[in-house]
Amino acid sequence: MFKILEKEVFSPVIKKMVVEAPRVARRCQAGQFVILRVQENGERIPLTIADFDREKGTITIVFQEVGKTTKLLGTLNAGDYILDFVGPLGTPSHIENFGTVVCVGGGVGIAPVFPIARALKEAGNYVISIIGARTKELLFWEDRMREVSDELLVTTDDGSYVRKGFVTDVLKELIEQRGKENINLVLAIGPQPMMRACCKVTGEYGIKTIVSLNSLMVDGTGMCGCCRVTVGGQTRFVCVDGPEFDGHQVDWDILARRSATFRQEEQRALELYTGQCKCGGGN
Amino acid sequence: MAEKKEIIPKKHPMPVQDPRERIRNFNEVALGYDEETAVAEAKRCLQCKKEPCRQGCPVEVDIPAFIRMVAERDFEGAIKKIKEKNALPAVCGRVCPQENQCEKYCTLGKKHEPVAIGRLERFCADWELARGVFPQEVAPPTGFKVAVVGSGPAGLTCAADLAKLGHKVTVFEALHVPGGVLMYGIPEFRLPKRVVQAEIDNLRNLGVEIVTNAVVGKFATVDELMEEEGYDAVFIGTGAGLPYFMNIPGENSCGVYSANEFLTRVNLMKAYLFPAWDTPIKVGRKVAVIGGGNVAMDAARTALRLGAEESWIVYRRTEKEMPARHEEVENAKEEGIKFAFLTNPVRILADEHGWVKGMECLRYELGEPDESGRRRPVPIPGSEFIMEVDTVVVAIGQAPNPLVPRTTRGLEIGKKGNIVADPATGATSKPGVFAGGDVVTGAATVILAMGAGRIAARSIHAYLMSKKA
Ligand SMILES: Cc1cc2nc3c(=O)[nH]c(=O)nc-3n(C[C@H](O)[C@H](O)[C@H](O)COP(=O)(O)OP(=O)(O)OC[C@H]3O[C@@H](n4cnc5c(N)ncnc54)[C@H](O)[C@@H]3O)c2cc1C
Ligand SMILES: Cc1cc2nc3c(=O)[nH]c(=O)nc-3n(C[C@H](O)[C@H](O)[C@H](O)COP(=O)(O)OP(=O)(O)OC[C@H]3O[C@@H](n4cnc5c(N)ncnc54)[C@H](O)[C@@H]3O)c2cc1C
Ligand code: SF4
Ligand code: FES
Repeated sequence: MFKILEKEVFSPVIKKMVVEAPRVARRCQAGQFVILRVQENGERIPLTIADFDREKGTITIVFQEVGKTTKLLGTLNAGDYILDFVGPLGTPSHIENFGTVVCVGGGVGIAPVFPIARALKEAGNYVISIIGARTKELLFWEDRMREVSDELLVTTDDGSYVRKGFVTDVLKELIEQRGKENINLVLAIGPQPMMRACCKVTGEYGIKTIVSLNSLMVDGTGMCGCCRVTVGGQTRFVCVDGPEFDGHQVDWDILARRSATFRQEEQRALELYTGQCKCGGGN
Repeated sequence: MAEKKEIIPKKHPMPVQDPRERIRNFNEVALGYDEETAVAEAKRCLQCKKEPCRQGCPVEVDIPAFIRMVAERDFEGAIKKIKEKNALPAVCGRVCPQENQCEKYCTLGKKHEPVAIGRLERFCADWELARGVFPQEVAPPTGFKVAVVGSGPAGLTCAADLAKLGHKVTVFEALHVPGGVLMYGIPEFRLPKRVVQAEIDNLRNLGVEIVTNAVVGKFATVDELMEEEGYDAVFIGTGAGLPYFMNIPGENSCGVYSANEFLTRVNLMKAYLFPAWDTPIKVGRKVAVIGGGNVAMDAARTALRLGAEESWIVYRRTEKEMPARHEEVENAKEEGIKFAFLTNPVRILADEHGWVKGMECLRYELGEPDESGRRRPVPIPGSEFIMEVDTVVVAIGQAPNPLVPRTTRGLEIGKKGNIVADPATGATSKPGVFAGGDVVTGAATVILAMGAGRIAARSIHAYLMSKKA
């Protein structure tokens, strides 16, 4: 059992939790994730390690409520327990001094970008971060991202905050402004369509782009292949070979289709859950 | 065999659930002997002086002795006798391929059917479980700490033996429940999970600590366990859980599962109880399972229970070469599993949504024997045909889990990614580190993994005692 020490509600659907997990905190590195199971009849879901404190033995997760399990997780509060919490999983981000790196975080993807941007900055990179969300209230960690970036650009799809436009629009402008030879690496994390769109932009300029793939997972330790994707024509397991890959090599169509495998079942689980929840509790 | 004894030529049959009923549920198929049948079956045993059956048992259970006790209705004595050698009798009695082990050597089996040793072992274990498990003796603490990595049959056996010798044992398990393949692989209808858990709880009573959600190589490496956490020795029993895929076009289409994923969703995550349990599973109307081992049988029979109209085993050799347990092949046939022998897919076809709609297959014929002694399947040119299916489960085998071998310094690794260990001692190339089970041998059997756990426990004990001196 893993105790929730803190909970912060960023918006009605995006929440942050600090979880006591000393064994995970001791060794985790930027780019890794955990798998958790909320309760006995629950499923295992992957969430990125958004921050960690080795001394206190804690892991921070930030999640968006998109279905049954994340909604259920969202009902827990500080003092409650998560049944299973395993990690750190996946291969850590490859950190070195690349020069100038652009870190792009879309929506809840801002959270996983944060520790990587921090590590890149600590490694001596010039970090330009672009964060964006659909609307103002879905944006979070602007202050924290500013702390770990040399420059921070913010956007909202609907223009409710700072400027109107997708992160890809900002990315494109930035590359045009600075010149493609002055950007050594792009890192993009967010929903699949956003990562794919970023890769399309950077592909035109030939800028190497790393993405963090969010395929379906079960065990997260390499024993099932549920998370497999096609990268550069080869089958790779996101949970052990990734989650980060060269975005220009990823077969996005296969990834999108495989991610939709259980859409009907997910819908059904959610309807049953929210239906039951109307009688009390919930939010 | 001095006394003259009336020989009963056939095993007493074990009651089973009706095939038409059981393909609609996940309840155990074989129902087990009652006391009268067990006693009657035990009386078939000739009590051979030379005990040929024992040589066929990898953990050397004193078979004639326990069978004699069953015949005398001393069930408590019988289960104690078994447990001197076997820490998981309720499991072994159910899943061991007895036809290749103890029962293969049974004197009665030469002319008639062998004594049903497996069924009797299962009877004794179930008899005990129904009454609560008898406590076992534990030696006084030695002060040594041993880490066991992986809680499959190899790790559990090693842990139990070491605990009985007075060592402080901690088992680290990557998943959220211990048991390894017994929990995530072998289905409920063959091995009820409550039986596995009862046998594991029994180990806890010996003082074994089991830490779940602990992926060694990630939260700590084997080296760190020894250097920073003070473990005096480590046993690695991480199994062969890395699924092989066929590497044919279309394999990443939706509706193509590895057997591990398929079975883990169903067994470990209880997807057959969806939506009461949250993990989903999807099977179509016509399922093809590629392979001919226990894993393939389990997947095909599981697919049927999840509602598939047709469930096929597609195997590139013939029935004779199938490595699955005899009893399970029989059960599968009774349940209406269909078999396409001498057939193998070369391409998976998907519809416009990326879903499987068929497999392009080739027919095979048997050629010369290969290194395994089985005749090699050779494709027949021009024999391509399309098999229409909407779900494919790939059950062509698994490789050793790579994580621990890759992250441990100074460990010799074999060609297939297996850990190299001395079969007589379980010792690896790294001092203080021992290994056994599927991670050493590649995918094998429960009892061989247990045997390896036992051998390693013995040499870990010797190693620790020599450190003390
Ligand atoms: C390595 C990794 C790291 C992740 N990190 C985070 C994180 O830090 N914060 C966060 O909010 N989410 C993260 N995700 C996604 C998260 O795992 C899913 O949102 C979660 O599993 C959904 O579970 P659910 O039961 O609530 O929804 P479901 O009922 O499973 O799904 C509801 C909807 O979400 C979509 N969905 C399901 N799984 C995913 C997925 N893996 N990626 C994208 N969409 C999905 C479904 O297609 C469906 O439309 C990560 C995924 C991976 C693989
Ligand atoms: C579907 C199926 C059906 C089978 N049917 C039969 C049968 O009928 N009869 C029979 O005799 N055999 C059968 N087998 C084979 C048998 O189950 C295996 O040979 C046996 O379980 C091997 O035991 P093990 O202890 O070596 O490994 P496993 O049972 O594989 O256990 C290894 C454990 O280690 C854990 N682990 C892995 N990596 C790590 C890590 N880094 N850190 C911590 N823990 C880790 C795993 O999660 C797992 O729990 C079957 C196998 C399968 C898959
Ligand atoms: S070989 Fe068969 S008959 Fe002889 S002792 Fe063993 S079980 Fe009994
Ligand atoms: S989630 Fe099972 S192998 Fe990656």
